[in-house]
Amino acid sequence: MARITFQKLEDHSPLFWGMLGLHAVVIAIGLGAFFYMEHHGHIVTGMNNAIVWGTPHVFAVFLIVAASGALNVASISSVFNNLAYKPFARLSGILAISLLVGGLMVLVLDLGRPERLTVAMTTYNFKSIFAWNIYLYTGFLVIVAAYLFTMMDRSMAKSGKATKFMGWFAFAWRLALTTGTGSIFGFLVAREAYDSAIMAPLFIAASFLYGLAFTVLVLLTMCRETRQQLMSEEVVSKFLNLIIIFALAVLYFTTVKHLTALYASEHHGVEAFILRDGGIYTQLFWLGHVLVGNVLPIVIAAFLSGKGKLFTGRQGLAIASVLAILGGLSFIYVTIIGGQAYPLELLPGMKVESSFLDGQIASYVPSVPEVLLGLAGISIAMLATGIALKVLPFLPHGVEAEG
Amino acid sequence: MQMTRQWTTLAIAVAVLACLVAGVVTGSALAGPPQPAKGKGEKCVAPTDWMRRYHMQALKHQRDETVHEGIRTPRFSLKHCFECHQVNGADGKPVSVADPKHFCRTCHDYAAVRIDCFDCHASRPGEPTKTGQAMDNPHAAASADVATLNRYLEGAKR
Amino acid sequence: MSMKFEFPEPSREGAVCGNNFAAGAPGDECATASALPASPPADLATPADPVEVGRRWFLKAATVFTTTVLAPGVTLMAFGEVDGANAKPADQPVSSARRWGLLIDAGKCQDGCSACVTACQVENGIAAPTHPATDSQWIRILKATDPENGSTFQMPIMCQHCAEPPCVDVCPTGASFRRADGIVLVDRHICIGCRYCMMACPYKARSFVHEPLHDQKPYAPRGKGCVESCTMCVHRVDAGGMPACVEACAKTGNGAMIFGDLNDKTSEIAKRVATYRTTRVRADLGTDPGVYYQNI
Repeated sequence: MARITFQKLEDHSPLFWGMLGLHAVVIAIGLGAFFYMEHHGHIVTGMNNAIVWGTPHVFAVFLIVAASGALNVASISSVFNNLAYKPFARLSGILAISLLVGGLMVLVLDLGRPERLTVAMTTYNFKSIFAWNIYLYTGFLVIVAAYLFTMMDRSMAKSGKATKFMGWFAFAWRLALTTGTGSIFGFLVAREAYDSAIMAPLFIAASFLYGLAFTVLVLLTMCRETRQQLMSEEVVSKFLNLIIIFALAVLYFTTVKHLTALYASEHHGVEAFILRDGGIYTQLFWLGHVLVGNVLPIVIAAFLSGKGKLFTGRQGLAIASVLAILGGLSFIYVTIIGGQAYPLELLPGMKVESSFLDGQIASYVPSVPEVLLGLAGISIAMLATGIALKVLPFLPHGVEAEG
Repeated sequence: MQMTRQWTTLAIAVAVLACLVAGVVTGSALAGPPQPAKGKGEKCVAPTDWMRRYHMQALKHQRDETVHEGIRTPRFSLKHCFECHQVNGADGKPVSVADPKHFCRTCHDYAAVRIDCFDCHASRPGEPTKTGQAMDNPHAAASADVATLNRYLEGAKR
Repeated sequence: MSMKFEFPEPSREGAVCGNNFAAGAPGDECATASALPASPPADLATPADPVEVGRRWFLKAATVFTTTVLAPGVTLMAFGEVDGANAKPADQPVSSARRWGLLIDAGKCQDGCSACVTACQVENGIAAPTHPATDSQWIRILKATDPENGSTFQMPIMCQHCAEPPCVDVCPTGASFRRADGIVLVDRHICIGCRYCMMACPYKARSFVHEPLHDQKPYAPRGKGCVESCTMCVHRVDAGGMPACVEACAKTGNGAMIFGDLNDKTSEIAKRVATYRTTRVRADLGTDPGVYYQNI
């Protein structure tokens, strides 16, 4: 097998500088939105005492889930010894780090008292999954950095033993991280939409899909930037297959979660809300999560991409990935915000009302500062990736593209 | 070439010096160290030098004891500080931390150390809690409560 | 100069204001801006342990209180122990020997009455809600309707001060905690405002402060960016009093709320909980709330 060589980004196109500039601007605006929210308090956002986690958390959780999934390509090559993916292992690692950093930034900047981050990092209640997550997230950054080192350092890469060990370690850690993120919701007995062990595997399946989507989109953009074919036809069709498998897994866990809940009449209220009566949440669930996020990517990847089909392999990959990401945001939105909108069951069997909006579906409208902060998280991830690709050889060398 | 470099170095040195001088001249150092208003009573709960240095450690230790264990000794209680260290404004009433004359601000503004205690804590003494008021003024709610008592005793017979 | 950080000896002479401040005792000479006596008051002039002096004063005040105004004392004592002797000494930590709790009889809660809510707002410096979605509400009146037959009742609901609080489990920094005597509180010094406890609470007991606050009560600090909930008027309880809501309910004559020590078998609340059929909200969740209800 030919030796894989890697390259730094050089000879930048206007596209590259344009994208970096765009991300920098979005980040600056996002930071401005953060200062505005921090100074005036959360009264300027759409969040309230019923919907306590809003759009920033949607973006943050989405980025964190995608980050753990982005490591997948590297894991397949190191852990499952599938050499076809080896050229992309480094990119997969650096993307995992940047996506996680982007997600964490948004999460931290939305805190009620972000200046107490040092308190959060030194004072722990270890019964809280949040406290564990702080260790899981920071540990992930360190472990993936070490993993990248074993891949990029010449002597270590040669023997391959260190890479294998770190690959396994990173894979195990990443599963723990995604489980921890899903358990943030799964551990909540109070909320009917969450209290379920299946949140963890559902999030793991989702992470595979969203992580791959980001990896593919970055690769395709870099193909344009380097004017090379970074992915061979074989790899393109492998990625298409992976999208199909991951999307099917997400659909499977989603189905199991809701079917199980529907079986118990206790949960009929919340299930009717999410699946039928929830207005925007129902629409985002069926159209956003199920259709756009999973069914369409499966259809495109399985039937509409490749030689002689409607789309070329790469086109199909790009469209399916974008749709998967949109679906991912919908899924997290329905999970986090829809789950909070449904009222708590205080007196089972009774209808309740109060001045604190008990018994009512809580209303939430994303505010501009929240959305700007969330978008800044994505831009932080992309800007960090862009700079990293320029500074160190993460990208594989490809074949010169024709034309 | 060397001449240009020498001139550049000189220019930078002069600029830095000018900034430093401007800072000193306009800064509050020239106004002298802060003079916080004298508190009531003859002395504070601890020596002044000790308080200047360690008041935050004392407050933090106290706050952990008070919040988590309910220990409410007044010595290092923040609320208690203002019993003596209140500064009155033009209207004769104690000023809040929004006013630069506030006791804490006199030193903290000078040292440019931001205090966020008063995001949550009241910065001037207030009325005692209602329980205290009742104890202080036992005749306050007498007549209303006799009627209440009768109604309660009536109800308790059921 | 190098100073080791250790607490200096309490100064025994000349400290005027420290002497009678035990456990929130009022009537401090320092409380207002009026002129102070040049020397300490005669009965406090002998240097003594400030806490002991405070305790003596407290017992004096309590005796005056109970002998001159018996009726309110009996009323208030029926709804919750209030007398100076019950105050926890200021320098003692709370212990799990006590478990503070509430007993609320929804049958006695009159339709349309919200005295407890108003009292809580006044006591803790909370503005009456003008924006119910974002304003803090530590206690609220819950109106319940049975969909089968349309019958209704109302009851106040607040932090249930659980023995197994989900909010304490999920707090990453440990700011949400349960005091040894059963009161669940937020340590706002280490609260980072993540709102996870608000997600976790089954009773919707917690509020987040969405905007900067001013003019807080000195005994009820609260501020922007932290989460808060009913403290069971811990500042009153430690002084031997009862929560403001219970007191206000007693004053209306409805007497729907009782406060006391659930661990003390001789207390009114413990006797009633042992005698009458009581229930707790969402008892199925296993949170072991400290607030009991009758007739819900």
